[in-house]
Amino acid sequence: MGCAVADRLARSRVSVCLLEAGDDVAVGATRANSGIVHAGYDCTPGTLKARFNVRGNAMIWQLAEQLGVPALKCGSLVVAPAGGEEGLAELKRRADLNGVRAEILSREQALAVEPMLADGVTAALYAPDAGVVSPYQLAIALADRAAVNGVEVVTEAPVTALGKRDGVFCADTPKGKFEAKVVVNCAGASASRINAMLGAETYEEEFRKGEYYVLDHTERTNVSTVIFPLPTAAGKGILVAPTADGNVIYGPTSRPTVEDDTAVDAEGLEEIRRSVPLTYSRPAFNKCIRVYCGVRTAVGEDFVVQPSEKAEGLIVTAGICSPGLTSAPAIAEYVEELVGERLTLLPKEDYIEIPPRSPRLEELSEEKLNALIAKDRRWGKIVCRCEKVTEAEIVAAVHSPVPARTVDAVKRRVRAGMGRCQGGFCSTRVMEIISEELGIPMREIRKGAGHSEIAVLAVKEADDEKI
Amino acid sequence: MKRFDVLVIGGGPAGMAAAIAASDRGASVLLVERDVRLGGILNQCIHAGFGLHYFGEELTGPEYADRFEKKLAEKNVTVMLGAMALSVGEDGETVVLSPDEGLVHLKAGAVVLAMGCRERTAGAIALAGTRPAGIYTAGMAQKMCNIEGYLVGRRIVILGSGDIGLIMARRMTLEGAHVERVIELMPYSGGLKRNIVQCLDDFGIPINYSHTVTRVVGKPRMAGLYYAPVDENRKPVLSEEKFVECDCLLLSVGLIPENDILTGSGVKLDRVTSGALVDENRMTTVPGVFSCGNVLHVHDLVDNVSHESEIAGAAAADYALGRMSGTEGKICSVGVGRGVRYALPQRVHGGEGSVEIFFRTDNVYKNCKVVAECGGRVLWSKKRMIVAPGEMEKITLDKKDIDGDVTVRLEI
Repeated sequence: MGCAVADRLARSRVSVCLLEAGDDVAVGATRANSGIVHAGYDCTPGTLKARFNVRGNAMIWQLAEQLGVPALKCGSLVVAPAGGEEGLAELKRRADLNGVRAEILSREQALAVEPMLADGVTAALYAPDAGVVSPYQLAIALADRAAVNGVEVVTEAPVTALGKRDGVFCADTPKGKFEAKVVVNCAGASASRINAMLGAETYEEEFRKGEYYVLDHTERTNVSTVIFPLPTAAGKGILVAPTADGNVIYGPTSRPTVEDDTAVDAEGLEEIRRSVPLTYSRPAFNKCIRVYCGVRTAVGEDFVVQPSEKAEGLIVTAGICSPGLTSAPAIAEYVEELVGERLTLLPKEDYIEIPPRSPRLEELSEEKLNALIAKDRRWGKIVCRCEKVTEAEIVAAVHSPVPARTVDAVKRRVRAGMGRCQGGFCSTRVMEIISEELGIPMREIRKGAGHSEIAVLAVKEADDEKI
Repeated sequence: MKRFDVLVIGGGPAGMAAAIAASDRGASVLLVERDVRLGGILNQCIHAGFGLHYFGEELTGPEYADRFEKKLAEKNVTVMLGAMALSVGEDGETVVLSPDEGLVHLKAGAVVLAMGCRERTAGAIALAGTRPAGIYTAGMAQKMCNIEGYLVGRRIVILGSGDIGLIMARRMTLEGAHVERVIELMPYSGGLKRNIVQCLDDFGIPINYSHTVTRVVGKPRMAGLYYAPVDENRKPVLSEEKFVECDCLLLSVGLIPENDILTGSGVKLDRVTSGALVDENRMTTVPGVFSCGNVLHVHDLVDNVSHESEIAGAAAADYALGRMSGTEGKICSVGVGRGVRYALPQRVHGGEGSVEIFFRTDNVYKNCKVVAECGGRVLWSKKRMIVAPGEMEKITLDKKDIDGDVTVRLEI
């Protein structure tokens, strides 16, 4: 959310700073969700969710295209067993009210779209405008474009105090004090905490965790659309979906939890194993390469996107759970409007809409690749064999506008370590590249946040230390 | 680019032995290796125990590799380093990316697949809990320690008792880390008996059989893990869960032949080994494409890899040079019966000479009998005091006896 807002504001002649508590952008809910671009048939008509989802869907495909973010408009199916016709009809009614293209299919018609639906599926709602996008790559690309256009992106800068004096907000962080005329709260799970610092509205947050299985690329040929069960009160249910990067995911669960509890629970995995066969006939849990868990934060039924009534100059986004990813560009557009009511937003003349970007190996023709290798040998060196990532791509990620300084940050940008060996072969080389390029000693290279160093001791050093 | 008789993909022990054997049969050979040096995983295996069978002496991994590398240098073999094979096509055309040559399409008279294997990961076993720094495969920890010079943890638990895990238990201990325990899902070890003795028993490291890790806790750094015994269905008994404080979990939970570049090649894979289906020459279902070493099936001893790869390399040379022999006889399948998980090669030709069949059992069996039979006739049988999945077994059959499908099984 913060990346989308920063990117939006970067188009105008205002100075913008993006404060991020984590070690990188996109490390909260954005890092671990389904990556679904929802069509918008599910949202209650008239809500902010419906409004931003539908508008966001229209915006996000273009953004992904512009920024070179992996995305796939593959359509979605809500599949129903016998007796589920009413549920599908209700979704269709909402789709019509929300202005979303959707049609109810018979089992035969649905099988023509997705051949491996479970035997019990009798009908489905097909939404051609749904699809998938890489959520963290989208956020990173937005942050990169913001940074290229002058936004200061400060990571590991949790706001420890926030006050207002003489009409100016002042935020204290471990990275220094920051002053601003307008504050946009995009702190996700911490939204209430930030608001409270200014005496503004707080919300009753509800945290729900969702586990996922990620399957090998080889499974991708078996899944071509996003397959949802009928939604329930707990959410949109456990889906089977391709990812924009060519994997398949099964998940998420939706179980009450506490903030930041991203541990995968065995019972969550068990629930997925039970649920998938109800919609999809060929579960392939043996192709699993990774399990993960994300936490979504809801405050009531709808999104909160509004100026604070208690602290003038504070604009609040909160409870941006599903369909938050899809909605983010549209929410950012609206937030820009709200900021524009408080600051004069004049367009930047030198705004860079499409920043230069390092290509991915798979995008290059043979001629282009060979031309690149002739200039820079690193294009010929595969570091991550599973995802086929070259040294040149990793170096580019390390030096990107919002630089990748950790192994996981590299992974999110170029997928080195994201494949079936999960970094077993390439992590050491990725660490060396970060070390060489940024001048960080190997001992200080981290997996991700906080003290997550990988090389904890040098060989022969342990003898001197009490373990 | 020059055309070669034989293209070998991979410069570890399998690729080097295959290239030498192919060259000895008069073939011109190109060997492509993705690393900047030859030797493969042997380079990080600095412990001794290699070469007892092949050289009759005990060598370290790098020493074993060095012997083959020196021999290779004397042969008609062109080596491309830093070169990664991206795909093998239906006609054996191989696409290779290298910083020196760029993206090239290579065609050779025969191709030998020798890409080795990879380790199963925490993701592959759907390990529950947090995902902090501190969870690595044993092989990655070995590379960090022996090549890069760093330890990845101070207090370590090892899940799985595969050979690399056992070797790393000893290695980390020698480097001053504390190995708390080894936890093994099965009631027996997946590694060699000698490694249990030399790497665990000699250092007083406990091993819990029929146990598993139930979840990992801590973030961003690992703070510990819970483990529990498993029931007969290998499900953890959570009421008996115990906690152990540690900052590192190493995984030694299996190796998988790395055949991913074969999608689109038409090479058929065996569902049990995850390697190619081959005949006694180690030729796959695609004529002219051969496979050997850990990419074919996971071995316990590098000595066996070298022997197997020599068979594949020599046959690849013969194929490329148009003088393949011994394949005129009837082709028969080699299947498995009770107690045997897989046998390899999966197909053999009848005819002259003998053929070695390698197999692994599916459990530990004491006082059993290994039987190979063909059409109801027993071709070979022998009593064994003990057989275990972690130790590859071998039998030798006379090819002239083989006139139908062969079955290898145990009498228990």
